[in-house]
Amino acid sequence: MALFIIKRLGLALLVALTVSIISFVLLRTSGDAAIAIAGEGARDIDIEAIRQAYGLDRPLAVQYLIWLGQTLGGDFGQSLYFKTDVVDLVLAKAPVTLLLGLLSLAFALLVAIPLGVLAAVFANSWIDRAALAVAVFGQAMPNFFFALLLVMLFSITFRWLPVSGSGSWLHFVMPTVALGYYAAPAFMRLVRAGMVEVLSADYVRTARAKGLPTRTVVFKHALRNAIVPVVALSAVQLGYLLGGSVVIETIFALDGLGFLAYQSITHKDFPVIQAVVVMLSVIYVLLTLLGDIANAWLDPRIRVA
Amino acid sequence: MTGTAFPPATSAPSSAAAVAELSAGARLRRRMFGQKSFVFGVGLLLVIVAVALLAPVLAPHDPYAQNLSQRMVPPFWYAKGGWEHLLGTDNLGRDYLSRLLYGARISLLIGLSVMVISGLIGTTLGLLAGYFGGKADLIVTFLITTRLAMPVILVALAVVAMVGGSLPVVILVLGLLKWDRFAVVMRSATQQARALDYVTAAEAAGASTPRIILGEILPNVFPQLIVVATLEAASAILLEAALSFLGLGVQPPLPSWGLMISEAKTYMFFSFWLIAIPGTLLALLVLSINLAGDGLRDVVAPEGRG
Amino acid sequence: MTRPILEVANLSVDIRTAGGTLQAVRDVSFSVGRGETLCLVGESGCGKSVTSLAIMDLLPRAATRRVSRLAFDGVDLARSGKGAVNALRGNRMAMIFQEPMTALNPAYTIGDQLTEGYRRHKKAGAAEARERAVHLLEKVGIAAAGDRLGQYPHQLSGGLRQRIMIAMALMCGPDLVIADEPTTALDVTIQAQILRLLAELQRELGIALVLITHDLGVVGRIADRVAVMYAGEVVENGTAAEIFTHPRHPYTQGLMDCIPLPGRTKPGERLGVIPGVVPSLVGGIQGCPFRDRCPHARPVCAETPPVKTQGEHAWRCILEDA
Repeated sequence: MALFIIKRLGLALLVALTVSIISFVLLRTSGDAAIAIAGEGARDIDIEAIRQAYGLDRPLAVQYLIWLGQTLGGDFGQSLYFKTDVVDLVLAKAPVTLLLGLLSLAFALLVAIPLGVLAAVFANSWIDRAALAVAVFGQAMPNFFFALLLVMLFSITFRWLPVSGSGSWLHFVMPTVALGYYAAPAFMRLVRAGMVEVLSADYVRTARAKGLPTRTVVFKHALRNAIVPVVALSAVQLGYLLGGSVVIETIFALDGLGFLAYQSITHKDFPVIQAVVVMLSVIYVLLTLLGDIANAWLDPRIRVA
Repeated sequence: MTGTAFPPATSAPSSAAAVAELSAGARLRRRMFGQKSFVFGVGLLLVIVAVALLAPVLAPHDPYAQNLSQRMVPPFWYAKGGWEHLLGTDNLGRDYLSRLLYGARISLLIGLSVMVISGLIGTTLGLLAGYFGGKADLIVTFLITTRLAMPVILVALAVVAMVGGSLPVVILVLGLLKWDRFAVVMRSATQQARALDYVTAAEAAGASTPRIILGEILPNVFPQLIVVATLEAASAILLEAALSFLGLGVQPPLPSWGLMISEAKTYMFFSFWLIAIPGTLLALLVLSINLAGDGLRDVVAPEGRG
Repeated sequence: MTRPILEVANLSVDIRTAGGTLQAVRDVSFSVGRGETLCLVGESGCGKSVTSLAIMDLLPRAATRRVSRLAFDGVDLARSGKGAVNALRGNRMAMIFQEPMTALNPAYTIGDQLTEGYRRHKKAGAAEARERAVHLLEKVGIAAAGDRLGQYPHQLSGGLRQRIMIAMALMCGPDLVIADEPTTALDVTIQAQILRLLAELQRELGIALVLITHDLGVVGRIADRVAVMYAGEVVENGTAAEIFTHPRHPYTQGLMDCIPLPGRTKPGERLGVIPGVVPSLVGGIQGCPFRDRCPHARPVCAETPPVKTQGEHAWRCILEDA
């Protein structure tokens, strides 16, 4: 187990390194950082001066190595737009996005697990079909459109929730729903498939033969086994949700990493974009590792070797 | 007999025989058309494709023609609406119906092109990894992990912002980013197909590697490929819409549905239909593709619904 | 005879399959007295397991059960609510399954799975249930019983797991245990041990046992009564002595010829075989299901065979005595 974790941490490092190279090259070759720094309409002489001052005239590989060296030393550079330390900026915004991601995940699971269990227990009934319909429609709905529908309904019509901002917990309600509903269908299908399989397992029949009430059979004996892959998927989905926060945070002007990334992108703020991309990939790889560990821990066959 | 006692062993041959009386084709059709949602999805998709193809004939107006005296005319079911502009006009007085019709072309073009580009990349990688295994598999698996670790929307947004948004750029960026699921599915499908007897036989008979991959393996994994392709096309359409919605995708005045929603955002409190109509169309298009894909998946692997 | 612990009258089970409706069990009737061992015998797929699941109300959803009377200790379960059946299941009637490898939940410890039914039915506390579990594990011959409670199923061998399944069935002190081929999945040496254990416990605790098996050697050793099933029907039913000495149904006679008996079968002699295959149970079955394989078949066998009786011995055949 320890060896497995070390191997995976090594992989995580390698992946993060590769992602940083790819994003560095992509960002540096698809736009001219010097122009971005100098601002549109700057004189050629100024741009050239900036290019030299920032080392942008050196070969890409050298630039990358310099960036890497600074990054490993904890220095992600200065934001070109916000004029502050990238590290400070990112750390200040990260909690909001992390909270949004976790809330969305919780929301998705809260919707998906009961629906998936119901669909499996009443497989091929109208309940099953209704749950499937919810999943299919959920997956087809563009999340920004869904977000706008929510705004229309809860902010404009009922006036229950604030349209945008990040002052109170009320500001998190619509972003959570708008981000989380999109992850729910995948969970629902997984829970349903797992439950259908597990409910016909011999040990579930044993549990029924013991005269246990249906809820004990379904929730203790069946769900406990069907939920295992859901844990691994949760970790992966959380990674996606953090990525998806770009759209949702921008719509609701929720002041997190996603909104920061959007602002940096529109202002061609290379150092910030680079930092957010690398950070999200590291989080993603760590989350998948966490999912695998949780998976192993949940299965006594692996845990108790 | 193991575990469950059904169906009893003796009945297996007879019930299998009863099923076998239907020809393979008939069974396939029954499975396909037994599913109303599949028929609905394919039907809806065909309608959207037809409308997109016939947009020049069907559109009552030039989708780009502005008429500032006719701005924000609501659709016909509102009191202020009229028959001149069935679905009203936007903030520049452009006929909404015409723009929506042409918008279908953009969405379908995106879905199809991204599917082809990412499909080619992902299928090639998946086939190589699945067929050769060993080092090739290790490398491809690493590429997949790396790709999955990169947040698609963020990277796509950043690159489009740097290069400048346009239809070809969006297609290229999404195509280069979305090959992961193709690679994952094709890799495992190829691994399974490789173990099949006749593939082994072809190898033993000395068939060349490209011949085996293209002639034996690819036809075998094709059903799964089609299923992934439909789902990826739908996801590409949603991504383009999101990029355009954020103003970093297709650029004005092109009538992308996502862009139309973005342009109408300012007016959403007064004219919500400007958002509701393209939003609903996007959802319907994605729904139709997903339903078709789900139906195909049930035909390809009926036991694996879930 | 006092009131039987289990009465089954006219039990039929239909199973919907892709190929049509399978009449897995047709018009099965039998009863089991207190402390008695009934062996339900027949080849694979004759409906033995389905019958046992139907009694326990454990049929899969694709199956429908019809029964005119299904009484446990005089209470008709077919007309009782789900709650009433659940209160009996695992409590006064228990079941042991074929597959010890998959019949235990991999996610919970042996102790948890042993005690949960007891705690529910007997409203017992954790300590009391644990004590009972240790007692029963010792009774089924498991050493270091206390340590076993904390283990997971995957840590135990098939033989141990089946012993645990037996202990689990006995937890609440049942009046009736149904054992569905409890030894088929085990090694031959373990099979004998488990069967001996089951027979001993049955005698010692005075439990009524319904043992489902295709092993006539086992039947000869432990059965009080025998019901022979063929193609979903009970074709012959009687005391073990009667069935073994005077089998009336040609199928039972065929089965008897298939077992080697010390003293009766000479070394090198060929054992009997029953020619042909079991008919399909999909769709209706007309007449005697055995007639295509029966050496005594006549045109009249195309009609539903009569049930002949002699004392407690009953058989479905036109023959008085073959």
